[in-house]
Amino acid sequence: MSETASRTSPKGDEAIDRHLAREYEAGWVTDIESDTLPPGLDEDVVRFISAKKNEPEWMTEWRLEAYRHWLTMDHPNWAHVHYPKIDFNSISYFSAPRSQADGPKSLDEVDPELLRTYEKLGIPLHEQQMLAGVAVDAVFDSVSVATTFKSKLAEAGVIFCSISEALQEHPELVRQYIGSVVPYRDNYFAALNSAVFSDGSFVYIPKGVRCPMELSTYFRINAQNTGQFERTIIIAEEGSHVSYLEGCTAPQRDENQLHAAVVELVAHKDAKIKYSTVQNWYPGDSEGKGGIYNFVTKRGLCAGERSHISWTQVETGSAITWKYPSVILRGDDSVGEFYSVALARGRQQADTGTKMIHLGKNTKSTIISKGISAVKAENSYRGLVRIAPTADGARNFTQCDSLLIGDQCGAHTFPYIESRNPNATVEHEATTSKVSDDQLFLCRQRGLDPEKAVSMIVNGFCKEVFRELPMEFAVEAGKLLEISLEGAVG
Amino acid sequence: MLKIRNLHVAAEGEAILKGLDLEVAAGEVHAIMGPNGSGKSTLAAVMAGREGYEITEGSIEFLGEDLAGLEPEERAWRGLFLAFQYPVEIPGVTNLEFLRASVDAHRAYRGEEATSAVDFMKLARATSKQLRFDTDFLKRGVNEGFSGGEKKRNELLQMLLLQPKLALLDETDSGLDIDALQIVADGVNTLRSPERAIVMITHYQRLLDHIVPDKVHVLSGGRIVRSGGKELALELERKGYGWLEEAAA
Repeated sequence: MSETASRTSPKGDEAIDRHLAREYEAGWVTDIESDTLPPGLDEDVVRFISAKKNEPEWMTEWRLEAYRHWLTMDHPNWAHVHYPKIDFNSISYFSAPRSQADGPKSLDEVDPELLRTYEKLGIPLHEQQMLAGVAVDAVFDSVSVATTFKSKLAEAGVIFCSISEALQEHPELVRQYIGSVVPYRDNYFAALNSAVFSDGSFVYIPKGVRCPMELSTYFRINAQNTGQFERTIIIAEEGSHVSYLEGCTAPQRDENQLHAAVVELVAHKDAKIKYSTVQNWYPGDSEGKGGIYNFVTKRGLCAGERSHISWTQVETGSAITWKYPSVILRGDDSVGEFYSVALARGRQQADTGTKMIHLGKNTKSTIISKGISAVKAENSYRGLVRIAPTADGARNFTQCDSLLIGDQCGAHTFPYIESRNPNATVEHEATTSKVSDDQLFLCRQRGLDPEKAVSMIVNGFCKEVFRELPMEFAVEAGKLLEISLEGAVG
Repeated sequence: MLKIRNLHVAAEGEAILKGLDLEVAAGEVHAIMGPNGSGKSTLAAVMAGREGYEITEGSIEFLGEDLAGLEPEERAWRGLFLAFQYPVEIPGVTNLEFLRASVDAHRAYRGEEATSAVDFMKLARATSKQLRFDTDFLKRGVNEGFSGGEKKRNELLQMLLLQPKLALLDETDSGLDIDALQIVADGVNTLRSPERAIVMITHYQRLLDHIVPDKVHVLSGGRIVRSGGKELALELERKGYGWLEEAAA
């Protein structure tokens, strides 16, 4: 997944490489160095990627079908974001972890602004180096934590591994579910991802199992450098529960400017999936240079009765965010939720929202979206609520609030509602407000400096979303907003 | 403690205060009264450092320091507190976190450690009780959905927790029923001490029945036109402001 963070080292010396290869038998960790493809995309590239990962033939064929379909599609231009045309032939679609020669040699070569942020977040030096892309030794602490973590999950029968690993160990499961929620025909970036996806997470929760811990990409040490085109699949069998955390509050650098990930969730009867994201990719320098373009397709299918899928996201990074985590409510009485905070500052552009597709009877969805724009940023909410003729008694509640800081930023709301069932209830509330001078003055009179005051006001604005996050994530998210807003007032 | 000399203040190009002089010593309680539009609230705003007011002449000295060069929060850290006439809402920020951030900001300025969550909770609960707030009050958003009286009592709560050296009360009595007025007055009176000063800005005499001032000043046309003891307030109550405005003109 493009926002995935791993705090382990992307690249270590030989001893560590051997260690990793032995632990996880991922296979490609050690020998990948010489296998970076030159830029460009054609069928041979797709075949090469699939072969490199030793994939079954059906997988190769599926990738090729996706590629051929992608060739027939046009780059979408409906979103409220602006960027130069992407040259897909200038991208390398299979690259080894960055070699020592490409990355910064030391922290001295890294954007000082980025380093200042790391310090504020209290990130240890070796992790700073890792996040900034400086080649360092692996962090053995994380490795041992991850090992303990894996054995506990295995006891419960939970599968949590990279998708490459899943294709080797559980090919029948991957075959059953890949593309079942997001078909490669779905959209331009989903098609591209389907053709060239590099890696991602695979999660399978057996029937009746409540996953014993929150699954975090933090512990998925194979996640390193899979960045650009990730594919994640989470399956919750009947009556199971899982909470999945993705991302990291520390701003991450990546040489890959374009990220196009796909996430597919399937919740069977009485199952619940909670998916939380904190996304903080490098937004670029003050002019927006070097920032990540993040084009993500995330969708969940509430397949069974009373199934429940909840998306919670805090989006603060990337130069451009294009992302609409959605839920298809097929099972009767199923529930879809979307809680989002999207902060855009500087020259960032965010176009994000959700789609709730009601098919089953008495399905229920809730959308709480909080958009914050500061300085010269553009922030758009785009939401679709569709009630099918079959969805008797369906209900949706949407609340969409925008907060402006300063007078050169923009907030836009594009709500689409299509109700084809007279027994459905759809409610939409929207507000736009500014951090007022009166609020700021009250805070300052009580001794808070302007930045602390703004961050407190903004955190209050986001409260309904933050309380949906797991505790430690919520605390970090609050701190992240505070840091992100520095310099936004004054 | 407070020395205001020949203060001239303009807002949006219009002169509002025109040569105001005022001296308040530690331990004193002053009342500033005057008709609507006389500049009472401007005086409070300019002392607290609100944007949009320009000091065109004169100075405000607080504890020996000219306030003109200080940001609003720097004035607060030095012990200047303004109880607002119209407290604003800050949705989603709980009273408890707001109060704690505020108290900790003052402690940080004094070089003291931040409060512990438990200690602060105890203190905040006890002080809320003194102002007859329900226990769930601390969990509510700052002034969010509060009645007029609750907002004023909430200002008092902030004041009692911060223990300022100089408390400015801007029309704190407006919008209070008689019971709420008594609660607020009792709260202010607990703050009276030889180290502190209180300046009450009010339109009506009734607050002064509950918080008896040492000195009363009448502000009219942007200047103090008369000063006296607490009996001056009673005289104003009988005669209104007209006779003073005529005298000043």
